[in-house]
Amino acid sequence: MSELLQFLFSGVTVGAVYALVALGFTIIYNASDVVNFAQGEFVMLGGMITWFAHAAGLPLPLAALIAIAATAALGVAMNKLAIEPARGAPVVSLIIITIGASIFIQGAAQLVFDKQIHSFPAFSGDDPIRIGGATILPQSLWVIGGALATFVGLWVFFTRTLLGRAVLATSNNRLAAQLVGINTNFVMTLSFALSAGIGALAGVLATPITLTSYGVGIGFALKGFAGAMLGGMGNPKGALVGGFAIGLIEAMTAGYLSSQYKDAAAFIMILLVLFFMPQGLFGRKSTDRV
Amino acid sequence: MTRDSNRALLSVEGLGISFGGLKAVHDVSFTVQPGEIVSVIGPNGAGKTTLFNMISGIYQPGLGKVRLAGEDVTGIEPHLLAQRGMSRTFQNLQIFQSMTVLENAVTGYHLAERGPVLADLLGLASSRRRARASDEGARKLLARVGLERAAEREAGNLSYGSLKRLEIARALALNPKILLLDEPAAGCNAVETEEIDLLIAEVAASGVAILLVEHDMKMVMRISSHIVVLDHGEKIAEGEPATVSQNPAVIAAYLGAEEPEAVTC
Repeated sequence: MSELLQFLFSGVTVGAVYALVALGFTIIYNASDVVNFAQGEFVMLGGMITWFAHAAGLPLPLAALIAIAATAALGVAMNKLAIEPARGAPVVSLIIITIGASIFIQGAAQLVFDKQIHSFPAFSGDDPIRIGGATILPQSLWVIGGALATFVGLWVFFTRTLLGRAVLATSNNRLAAQLVGINTNFVMTLSFALSAGIGALAGVLATPITLTSYGVGIGFALKGFAGAMLGGMGNPKGALVGGFAIGLIEAMTAGYLSSQYKDAAAFIMILLVLFFMPQGLFGRKSTDRV
Repeated sequence: MTRDSNRALLSVEGLGISFGGLKAVHDVSFTVQPGEIVSVIGPNGAGKTTLFNMISGIYQPGLGKVRLAGEDVTGIEPHLLAQRGMSRTFQNLQIFQSMTVLENAVTGYHLAERGPVLADLLGLASSRRRARASDEGARKLLARVGLERAAEREAGNLSYGSLKRLEIARALALNPKILLLDEPAAGCNAVETEEIDLLIAEVAASGVAILLVEHDMKMVMRISSHIVVLDHGEKIAEGEPATVSQNPAVIAAYLGAEEPEAVTC
């Protein structure tokens, strides 16, 4: 029983990271129909920049803020330099561009930083908290709290603010949004900034547990993508649930089967979803009319 | 009405565009004054919708200029045109399918409702007031186009004729100086067409300039103050309805086609 609880804790922790990545996918997908495979690199940058700034002597909170802001700025630059010039190209081409951007960011990170594995101190110490025979790290609570707070923040932004509703309108019908005066280019820029910032936040929160290096992005991107697909691409609630679900499945696989199959679990989920439930758990039915 | 180019709200000057060597629209000029209803007519493929798309910033014109209230607005993006008082509808509809009818109409108040994001996030009174004003305005407009009872329905489930009226309502929500209507009566029955007639006349009477593409000749002759005739992308005639309908070139263009395109609505 305490074993199951322990697996649950580790599943929820890693699931929260995947949920944050999946939320990042969702925002850009909604604004542009593009699946941004550079999403994982934002997570990597969040961790790496924080480590770098912290190692340079900045206090950890400040280093984390700088990492999130710098990554958001990089997301904006990626949109301006790589996506916007190709506007009007088929979505598949844009997706391939994001894969290119991902490889580029990874290579650049290798040069700017290094090839070592890094970490920085956990925010609230490393003393495990005991709950019902299992333990959970304080940093796990930070990760889980961060995912939930981000979800609530996004929910408020999209439902309460005019700007948030403009993003939703753009995702619903880009041309109609332009007709009512919405600057859809700005909506795209904003979406990349938000997605990149959220990705970086995931990296900042997770690094004390998962460690970071220039190459960790792809793993996060694929797991987060699996979460977003499972929840239904484009649905924030789906991203949250899907991300946690992938984390749990992974932890259970590692715990009860073998940790060698842990990574396979997420990919098997992608295949199952694509075969049997392409809309995902909360996905909208495609009901576009002519 | 006397036409004086100095009063022009919209002036189209030598507008042209080619698609792969084909001149879809060539050297078209005309003006629209406040309160006027100007119709663009012509056989299928004459370039009417292409002309509309150039004026409204969907296509970048190859040649020529578009001026709105004297300002050069050639090829600027649709959202900037919306800010400058140009609003349009589409022949094949541009509706937010998964929103309700009311939400669709509310989006038309986007520009009017803009305010600090922080006020929205905090739910300040000023933010709620702006949202309420949009909501009330949208409901009034829906009543004006006869859709008030469909307000809470999902737009994607409405009939084509209802969506046409919803699109007009949303366009009016922008409080435009000029309204471009691409076949507003297409797919509507006789009663609905007459209602749209009245609505257009009413909007024009309030001082809004109207530019119209329409196939229903009876409607065009009834409501237009001025008609521009296109054929093969060129302007072949222009004038008051009575004059244009007698113009030999116009008659030839329409009779030369197999059918005078009397799409009766």
